[in-house]
Parts: sequence; structure tokens; C-alpha cells
Amino acid sequence: MKEKETEEKTYVEDIDRSIYDFRYDEKDSYRVDEGLTEEIVRQISEEKNDPQWMRDFRLESLKIFNKTEMVDWGPDISGLDMDNIVTYVRPNTDRMHANWDEVPTDIKDTFERLGIPQAERESLAGVGAQYDSELVYHNVKDEVASQGVIYTDLESALHTEHADRIREHFMKLVPPTDHKFAALHGAVWSGGSFVYVPSGVSVEIPLQSYFRLNAPGAGQFEHTLIIVDEGAYLHFIEGCSAPKYNVANLHAGCVELFVGEGATLRYSTIENWSKNMYNLNTKRARVEKNGKVEWISGSFGSHISYLYPMSVLAGENARAEFTSVTFAGEGQNLDTGTKVLHNAPNTSSYVNTRSISKSGGISTFRSSVVVSNKAKGSKSSVSCQSLMLDDISRSDTIPAMDIRTSDADIGHEARIGRISDDVVFYLMSRGMSEEDARALIVTGFADTVGKELPLEYAVEMNNLIRLEMKGSIG
Amino acid sequence: MAKEILHVKDLKVEVEEKEILHGLSLSANEGEVHVIMGPNGAGKSTLGYSLMGHPSYIKTGGNISFLGEDITDEPTDKIAKRGMFLSFQNPVEVPGITLSNFIRNALEQRTGKHVRVWDFNKKLEATMSILQMDKDYAMRDLNVGFSGGEKKKAEILQLLLLAPSLAILDETDSGLDVDAVRTVSQGIEEYKKQVNGALLIITHSTKILEALSVDKVHVLVDGRIVAEGGSELVDEINKSGFERYIS
Repeated sequence: MKEKETEEKTYVEDIDRSIYDFRYDEKDSYRVDEGLTEEIVRQISEEKNDPQWMRDFRLESLKIFNKTEMVDWGPDISGLDMDNIVTYVRPNTDRMHANWDEVPTDIKDTFERLGIPQAERESLAGVGAQYDSELVYHNVKDEVASQGVIYTDLESALHTEHADRIREHFMKLVPPTDHKFAALHGAVWSGGSFVYVPSGVSVEIPLQSYFRLNAPGAGQFEHTLIIVDEGAYLHFIEGCSAPKYNVANLHAGCVELFVGEGATLRYSTIENWSKNMYNLNTKRARVEKNGKVEWISGSFGSHISYLYPMSVLAGENARAEFTSVTFAGEGQNLDTGTKVLHNAPNTSSYVNTRSISKSGGISTFRSSVVVSNKAKGSKSSVSCQSLMLDDISRSDTIPAMDIRTSDADIGHEARIGRISDDVVFYLMSRGMSEEDARALIVTGFADTVGKELPLEYAVEMNNLIRLEMKGSIG
Repeated sequence: MAKEILHVKDLKVEVEEKEILHGLSLSANEGEVHVIMGPNGAGKSTLGYSLMGHPSYIKTGGNISFLGEDITDEPTDKIAKRGMFLSFQNPVEVPGITLSNFIRNALEQRTGKHVRVWDFNKKLEATMSILQMDKDYAMRDLNVGFSGGEKKKAEILQLLLLAPSLAILDETDSGLDVDAVRTVSQGIEEYKKQVNGALLIITHSTKILEALSVDKVHVLVDGRIVAEGGSELVDEINKSGFERYIS
């Protein structure tokens, strides 16, 4: 009986992604052969002029990779054939720049279209931009640098006075033995950032790294190492995107965060990889006494994701907060969640996640909370809510808890729901179209994360949701 | 002659394959206050939802004309844009949009024009003060954590700012204390003053009607209008209830 509009009804996801989905012909000056061999790892190491220990580390990691079984407990990744992945693509620029005008035009245009230089001018203390395997731009505002804050790429830092500090921390939180893709990362890592905030320094405005994968069939393996010393504060933002190709791309990055005594680190990510991406990323934070890590995570892109940022609460009274939203649309299987290890007295963790699935998308939330017998008086609260937008989508919640002390306060809550017809009707009764009403309900559902993000990222997140909701009725 | 706002003719409505309204007719002109009274389960709220085009309320017969146009099969958002407004018995909570932004957005939908924030905010504040609403509510998410009374006031606030041609108030007085009922009544008076529209007040009690001059009362029992009259019907029902209409 109802007359419905038919324009905009067709599913046009790949066209509508135009903000992210543009590409330039690859003009890389250098790319290694497909696949993974000792020869390739040596080539990458050569290309990067690694110190000897790093070269040995890469080769050792490769051995571990070859010995380690493929993961078999999560979404199917058999579509990922390592023999077809190019692990290193150097863009056509011979070095990293601190001035956008020196960055090659096509690369600069890419970041302009993504709004990075503008964000840098308006609201960031420093920016790093990675294109395929290498950082093409890195700059930090003078006032931040003068406080002793280091924000640079890892490779060049390996040849400076920071070398020892890097060696002391590099892949100590996420060792190559952790899982197969951690080993792969150890062998072929390239790019990423090294951040050091000295004791007592509070960086008032955020630093941001943006990762862009332009080359088809390539992998991106950036390593982010952040050390926030005693009593210091930092907000670090990471963004990622890629245009869509018909071949599989792989992202196996690694993030290691060291939060010192009484320090606070906020780590925000809006991930919007294209839907041919295998996003097998490992992130981990170690938090000392009275320190705090705050994870804010938005996962929108990729074909398959395995993503479980972990907080190791190593010192008394250390705290972790984890806030995330995951949106799985057509053809996406996003397996996300978090892990917390309470390993000292009076530590606390607070986890609040939202996941949305639509058009056959699969969204799985996994959490693991371990409270060791050393963690008396600890508290943990885990809450996950899922929203399924239709009957063909799927949402699962898999919480695990391992509590080794009787003196702990642990809570878990999970809810799975659908968009309420009553709310849609209410909004429509005020003149809103059905599509807008549903989009509003979904952004409202994701608002716990939106509220935690800086305004321009919250706007970007809401735009991503609107994009996903467009034409979804019918 | 006063302009006809609403004309319902022989309306039959089904919900989940069960007929609730069995051929209902009524019409309302501009400036008039109509009251729909009836016991629980008579179909009063069904009438409100059906007029507003709720998709679960299937119209199997008759038609609805609003401002001279047939809107029987129109979707809810179109009907709203034409100027019909339903104040809900249980307004829903909508996180993610503030009350203020929500009303401004609705006003833009209704008028098809950009609404200037400055002008809107001034009017919003003035209207909130008529309704004795704390202006902090404007910046809170729509109805989230509002008390029952504040939710109803937020509905009347929308009514006053959207200024619709037809306002359907579904049990707006239910669950309110005496003071809140008085405030809501003032809001309705204000609407009458500002807009030359029609009011359709759905209620099973008479509290809200004390301060209003009623033009016509329709008694709805078991999906049919069984009696119609002036405000004297309200007094009568007050005294003897609906007993005599229930067969």
C-alpha cells in the first residue's frame, strides 16, 4: 500500500566510497617480488640500511613465520595467498619530507583529498603520512619538539641516539612468536612511527599518523612504537584507508605502547581499509603503576579483520579503557574485541563496545579478561552491544574470563538488538525520511565512540555510517 | 466558513490481521478542538497511528483527506511534512541527537527551508520557558533519561515550534501530576493562540480538558464512534463513565 521512492535504492557502496576510493597508477621506484623468501627479507633489510641486530631479527622472525601454523579459530583467511603479496613497495620518492610541497604530486594529492594537511594545520601537533611501505612525510610542530617530544619514523630513529631505546622495546610486547602474522611483521615491517614523550610532558594537541596503501596486491606492515614516560600525556591518532582492487591486500601492522608510571596515553583509530583488505593487526599496551591507556577504535573497512588491542596492566592501580565501534557491511567479516591482563593489585579495566552488522556482514566481538592472583582488588567491566540491521547479517559475542583471585569485581553485559520500528516511526512522524531515521539511529548507537573522538573524526565516523546506510532500504 | 483540515470517511484499520477500527468517520475544521474519548482498548491510539500512517496499521477501507488531499496511503514522513503532528503517549528515547537539533531538523523538513540557528534558539528558549522546561534539556539527547513529565513537555515543545495544521495528542495527560497537566494545558492553549489549526485530543480521562474549551466530543467504543456531542458529553462521562455505551 505504501508508495516508496526507488531512487537511491540500489546498492552502490563502491561508487559512494569515492572519498577514499581513488587511486593513482603505481609509480613506485622499487618493489620486491611477490611472496616471502629469505632473499626478499634480506633485500628489504638492505633497502632500509638496517643495523645488524635488526637484520638478524628479521631473519629470525622469518624462520618463526615459516614454522608457525596459520590461525584456524577465526574468520576464513584462505583467500590470502602469501605467495601473491608484495611485502615491500617503495613509493617514487627517495626520502621522507617535512614539507608537503616536496612530496611528489600524486602522493601529495592523495593526502590532500583525505584532508591530512588541512587537519595538520588546524588541529594536530604533528603528522606522519605513510604511502605504501614508506613514510613520505613527517613533521612535528616546533613547540612540541622543543618540549623534547620525539615523533619520527622508526627506520631513521634506528640510526640516532634513540637506537638503544628502540632496541629495548621493539617487539618486546608483541614478540614474533606471538602468532604467525606477528612473525611476518617482524620479518618485513616497514614504516610507522616512533614517539617518545619525556617525563612530565603533556602534549596538549594530538599527533596523527595516516597510512595509505595505494599499490594493488601489496602488504602494509608499519610498526608504531610509542613510549610515554612518567606522568606524561599524549593523544595519538591513527587513520588508514586504501582504494579497492580486485586482488587481496594485506595489512599486518603492529602497535606497541609503553605507558609509564602515572602517564596517560589515548590511542584513537578510525580504520577504513577497502573491502579487499585482510586486516590482521596486533596492538598492545603495557601500563605501569597509576598509568592509564585509553583505546578508541572505529573499524569500518576491510574484508576480514582480526583486531584485539590488548592492555597489560603491569603496575598497581593501572587502568585501561577500551571504547570501540565496528560496522560490518556486505562481504565483511570483522572479528574485533579486546584483551586485558590484570597483573597487579587494584587495576581496573572498562570495556564498552558497539557492533553493527548489515547486508550479510558478520561482526564478532571477542573479549578476554585475565585477572592474575597478583591482581587483588581489581575491577573489570565489559559491556558489548550489537545492532543487526536485517535478517541476513550476523552478530556474535564471545567473552572469556579467567579470574585467579577471589578479591576482584568483575562485570559483563551483552545485548543484541535490532532497529526499533517504534523509533523509526517516531522520527518519521517528524518528517524525517526512513533512510535518515535509520541512519540517525545507527549513529546514535555508535555515539559512545563518537563522543570520545575529536570533532572532525566524529564527523568522519558519522559520514562513514551514513555512507553505509545510504540506499539500504528496500 | 471555516476550512476543513481533516476528513476521515468510513475508515477501517487492521493490525496483525485483526480489524480494530470498523468504519470510522469524523471531520475537523480549523480552530476546532475535538476530543476522542473511550475506554481502554477502544481503538483510540490506533486512530492516531493510522492517521499518521504507521506501517503496521493497515487501512482496509475508507479514506483520509488532510487539507483537501487524499493521504490514505502516504508514508509517515510525507504526512508529517504536510503538517500533521502526533504527540506520543510514550515518546521514545533517541541517543545521538539533541532535542534542539532534532526540532530544528524537523522544522527544516516541514518548511523545506534552512532555519537560522540564532533565530531558532531564541524561539526555542522562549517556548521552553512557557512550558517551564529547564533549557539544559535542549542540549540533551532526545528524551534520553527524561522523566515522564519532561518527555510530554518535550512533545508539546515540538508542537509549538513545528506549528502543524493538525495536532493529535495521544494521552498526553496520562501519568502526569497536577502541575504538569496544567503546564501541558497552557502549552495547548498557546498552540491555539498561535496556530489556527485543529486539535484532536485522545484521552480516557478528563483532567486535561478542564482548562480547554471543547468543540466536539466523539465517544469511541470497540472501534466505532457510538456518540457525539459538545462539551456536555465530557461532564456526563465524568459522572457515569462509559458504561452506558458498552453493549
